[in-house]
Amino acid sequence: MAEEILARIKDKFSKKILRVFEKSPRRIYIDFDSKDIPQVVSFLFREMGGRLATATGIDTRKNIEILYHFSFDSSGTIVSLRTLIDKNNPEIESVTPIVKGAEWIEREIHELLGVNFRNHPNLKRLLLFEDWPEGKYPLRRE
Amino acid sequence: MAKTIIPVGPYHPLQEEPEFFKLLVEGEKVLDLEIELGYNHRGIEKVAESKSYDQVVFLVERVCGICSTSHPIASVNALENLADIKVPERALYIRSIIGELERLHSHLLWLGLAGHFIGYNTVWMWAWKYREPVLDIFERITGNRQHYAMMKVGGVRRDIESNDIPEIWKMADGLLPVLDMFTGAVMDDPVIHARLKGVGILTKEDVISYGALGPTARASGIAIDVRKDDPYAAYPLVDWQVITQQEGDVFAKAVVRILEMYESVKIIKGCLDKLRVVSGEIDAKVKEIPPGEGIGRHEAPRGEVFHYVRSDGSNCPVRYKIRAPSYMNIPTNQKSVVGGTVSDATITLAAVDPCYCCTERVAVVDRKTGKKELTAQNLIRLSQEKTLRIKRDIGMMKG
Repeated sequence: MAEEILARIKDKFSKKILRVFEKSPRRIYIDFDSKDIPQVVSFLFREMGGRLATATGIDTRKNIEILYHFSFDSSGTIVSLRTLIDKNNPEIESVTPIVKGAEWIEREIHELLGVNFRNHPNLKRLLLFEDWPEGKYPLRRE
Repeated sequence: MAKTIIPVGPYHPLQEEPEFFKLLVEGEKVLDLEIELGYNHRGIEKVAESKSYDQVVFLVERVCGICSTSHPIASVNALENLADIKVPERALYIRSIIGELERLHSHLLWLGLAGHFIGYNTVWMWAWKYREPVLDIFERITGNRQHYAMMKVGGVRRDIESNDIPEIWKMADGLLPVLDMFTGAVMDDPVIHARLKGVGILTKEDVISYGALGPTARASGIAIDVRKDDPYAAYPLVDWQVITQQEGDVFAKAVVRILEMYESVKIIKGCLDKLRVVSGEIDAKVKEIPPGEGIGRHEAPRGEVFHYVRSDGSNCPVRYKIRAPSYMNIPTNQKSVVGGTVSDATITLAAVDPCYCCTERVAVVDRKTGKKELTAQNLIRLSQEKTLRIKRDIGMMKG
């Protein structure tokens, strides 16, 4: 089943895939450029029935890395879309207009890592207190 | 008619934990719902980056006080995925027994609270009374009623002794007539039908767009359950079923949880039978975690717990991401509460069995300087001062 899922994604985005890493039979990581993310997310969610389990934001010191973890529940497979964005200007298109469930996930990455999600409907703080100083991001490595 | 905001929270008699629901109402009708959270945020993901892998499993157990073993199971699954570790069979059965005992006490806790919220206090008293034997078994086999510390990368920390098996079996069997009673008290009671049917409906489409999980999703006809979909521990080795309902209302959520408890009893008994015959190691004795990344999941009482971990080969994780089920389930209230009446809002809010501790994982910062005020040393000092003050007050200490 995991092979079928990977084959379908490869078939659709053959030119856009930067790298595929199969960690284990049910854990697949696929790298994309950040501009392709909304298109891929839309395909996985709308066409393939994937469920956005969550997204992980990581400060890799050079970049901000975001992993969108999609769960394909009927086969227990998790496809994680990986993308790197510039740490000096961390911006990426929001996927909340595609997947409603991404709203809190993006708000959390926004406040903890300082990523600007373009066209997010409600990009305000989620967990941090309103008096938390501007421009200080708890999960940044500085 | 003028629009009014009814605040529920951040501290409210209906909630055991702080969370702020702002209900925008017109008359009795709820027009919109705004949710504010963060009152329990403890920065556990950040703390995890300064703990060794062995400590991380203990740390994540502190994410939640109710489903305290859910996070450790997801954590060991993630680390075992990262390091490609095979766990001894006996340890798998023990993991599933602990996981299902937890589901039993958590669902009974919810059932009691739900009864309380709709004014059916008898169900509250009963459910919490019959939850006690489960906690007693936990104390017997793990030493604690909560925070069992049973999970460990590569296995479990303690074995289940053969003389404990009949006791667990007796407790599980003893729960069956109790569950029959609750089935009667809830599923056959015309008053409960009138109160909960058609209330707070979450449609299949809403479950998919919000990514809702666990009983919240299964009560709307979406048969997702990590224990079946992405098998781990002993769940593929024993016989049981995923419970679903179609209606998506509060009643369906209650039915799913009650019927699920029967399945938990089945799983526990199946695992106990295997423990009688499968002997051997309970720990693969893992020495180190190599560089890489891993994802682990566990079907907690409230839905899928998701852990992502990245290692650079040192003894602490580089990044540790935790996503608890309530994080996905609480926003669905924007669909299930809005359009209903104020009187239905409370039970609907409670129907996803929200766990705020899980959702937020405080830091106190001086707003002018941006400096952290409350450090670990300060917390320890405050705690020691308070202990001394109490001792003085009750006359245990002079001066």
